[in-house]
Amino acid sequence: MPTFVYMTRCDGCGHCVDICPSDIMHIDKTLRRAYNIEPNMCWECYSCVKACPHQAIDVRGYADFAPLGHSVRVLRDEEKGTIAWRIKFRNGKKDFDLLAPITTKPWGTGIPKIAELPEPSDDMRNSQLLFNEPKYVRMDDGDLNTLESNGLKLKEGVYY
Amino acid sequence: MGYETIIEDDIDILVAGAGLGGTGAAFEARYWGHNKKIVIAEKANIDRSGAVAQGLYAINCYMGTRWGENTPEEHVHYARNDLMGMVREDLAFDMARHVDSTVHQFEEWGLPLMRDPKSGTYMREGKWQIMIHGESYKPIVAEAAKKSADKVFNRVCVTHLLMDDAKENRIAGAVGFNVRTGNYHVFKSKTVICGAGGASNIFKPRSVGEGAGRVWYAPWSSGSAYGLMIEAGAKMTQMENRIVLARFKDGYGPVGAYFLHLKTYTQNGVGEEYESKWYDDTKAMVGDYIDHHPTPTCLRNHAFISEVNAGRGPIHMVTMEAFQDPHLEEIGWHNFLGMTVGQAVLWAATDVDPKYENPELTTSEPYVMGSHATGCGGWASGPEDLSPPEYFWGYNRMMTVEGLFGAGDAIGGTPHAFSSGSFTEGRLAAKAACKYIDDGKAEGISVSDKQIADLKEKIYKPLETYKVYSNEVVAGTVNPNFINPRQGLDRLQKMMDEYCGGFGVNYMTNEKLLSIGLKKMKALEEDLEKVAAQDLHELLRAWELKHRMRTSECVFQHTLFRKETRWPGYYYRGDALHLDDDNWHVLTVSHRDRKTGEYTMEKAPLYHLVSEDEKEVTEHVH
Repeated sequence: MPTFVYMTRCDGCGHCVDICPSDIMHIDKTLRRAYNIEPNMCWECYSCVKACPHQAIDVRGYADFAPLGHSVRVLRDEEKGTIAWRIKFRNGKKDFDLLAPITTKPWGTGIPKIAELPEPSDDMRNSQLLFNEPKYVRMDDGDLNTLESNGLKLKEGVYY
Repeated sequence: MGYETIIEDDIDILVAGAGLGGTGAAFEARYWGHNKKIVIAEKANIDRSGAVAQGLYAINCYMGTRWGENTPEEHVHYARNDLMGMVREDLAFDMARHVDSTVHQFEEWGLPLMRDPKSGTYMREGKWQIMIHGESYKPIVAEAAKKSADKVFNRVCVTHLLMDDAKENRIAGAVGFNVRTGNYHVFKSKTVICGAGGASNIFKPRSVGEGAGRVWYAPWSSGSAYGLMIEAGAKMTQMENRIVLARFKDGYGPVGAYFLHLKTYTQNGVGEEYESKWYDDTKAMVGDYIDHHPTPTCLRNHAFISEVNAGRGPIHMVTMEAFQDPHLEEIGWHNFLGMTVGQAVLWAATDVDPKYENPELTTSEPYVMGSHATGCGGWASGPEDLSPPEYFWGYNRMMTVEGLFGAGDAIGGTPHAFSSGSFTEGRLAAKAACKYIDDGKAEGISVSDKQIADLKEKIYKPLETYKVYSNEVVAGTVNPNFINPRQGLDRLQKMMDEYCGGFGVNYMTNEKLLSIGLKKMKALEEDLEKVAAQDLHELLRAWELKHRMRTSECVFQHTLFRKETRWPGYYYRGDALHLDDDNWHVLTVSHRDRKTGEYTMEKAPLYHLVSEDEKEVTEHVH
């Protein structure tokens, strides 16, 4: 059933409830642990699996087409800036690890707080430019691309 | 119902739904509105919400203008070609001329973009696509939105837009409920930027039972962009232009990197190349469009579907050659883990090692959306320096409702925006929304207590219905007084599949079928007044279903209106099995009257971005 939660590892912290985009990870009121209340609205997106501090959540492929006995596990580490995967096949013939970066900077440090930057000038406001432009939108030092600059027209009719 | 009413007042910019479009809007709005009040309402948690929640392994829209790779107009031509001509080219050009600044900022924020070691440019997967390690794409852009916004309301599902009681057809904010506390949230706002999602799960999915969540587009993409805006009286465009995806079977794992970077290719069940076999057949339907390069996606689908129907399935992706290279093999797996983990789960479960076995492909159920390779959505104004009069009414990305803006799936006619283009559209909408406010267009907005009270009653009605009627039966889900959200969704999906051209009927429909479908849709709409929710989670599903229903109704209307088969491979009008440029080289625009619920359909002129000396095509296929 897409995601499921191991009874002995879950402590009911609710991280998965907080992050699930589909609102399907809920806390069972009697057991006080999380579970997937609506497997047929689970995308196997792994958001809850990655968020769980106890690796209590795993995925078992959709029952309508995935045979049992496989495993795709993951460990996401914001401090190291990496994500580590381990894939095991049902027949045991393939068992391998993959590692990828998730960020190139300490978390959140590369993003500007725009409120602390100077306000745009009136010229900027009356132009078509967005924040930080025309940086990166041209090869030369020119302005934004327009119909005039690129020798274009918008015409009615059949063109293709 | 004992839920509190929480009013957030004096908002300048309300972002309704914060996927890539909404986060772009919130981020940029702070620059143009240093002192403005910017608020986000999101039904999930913005760190993992929207279509990019899971991550991405590629950014599919990057020009590389600063390295001389592509120009914005080349991208417009590409999108036009892929969509058989049907693109809002002013909006498409506008997005394309800004999108690179978005992508380079993502890199500055810490998103790992791969670089070509020789040229130093971004690693290309294809002409427009670059490769990224995007597991944390969404958390990173969410961080940017949080730094700009005054407040973020996570787990607040926006159900309706608020309308100004002082001035006709002007927006005044939005309302919704908190899916955890149940509280009623009222956002009084001068502008709303609709960043809500397109529609998965409106056509019956191929997967059944537990696997019904394995849809191509996220199951939480509930068509709310359209449900919200149509209800507010905004005009919609190209809603017939649903998309069908050729993907790895069952898991719907992406094929872009496989085709473009790994150079894998398809063949039929007996190992033959099959696309060329259908050339004459396709040429008879669409004329010269089949000669375009690259071949439009729908026409490749058409060959796929036709070949399978001829009994020579399944279609395979030939991976056994590329996967002998360990580096390419690794990329193939990373590609899934980065954006469709379920496909890796499936191959592990079925022992499919693409190094030794060519995996099966399938064509998906249809999806209605406007940010990937198709262009359903709201009829929005373009920018003042580009747009012809029919496409311009004052503010870039503003809908036909004053003060209502959109981004991502909400904007119609702008296919091939993808994640970076959606974020860029959010930025464009934010700048325009700030200008709208600064120009004094949002003065004197008034929202009556009655409007707020009426909507509150409406929102919680499914809970009330359940309370009143559930004890009339002993137990179980069968009740003569109501249906639950799942039952309603099943009915909607079956109806869309059978009458509107789903996979179950080989994507075929006609006027008769569509008319019957619309009649059945009316009954569903009435029954959804009696949808019951036993808890807040079901209340969320009830409102998602209502948004899906409104989206679907609009899809029916548009599909009925366009009497041609413009995109064979996406859907077929059996009673008009040809592309018809004489009559239908136009954009379709619908308007649903807020009071009567009646639709008015019109054709809007199609403007193309051409060089001065380009000649019009005069010989059309009939």
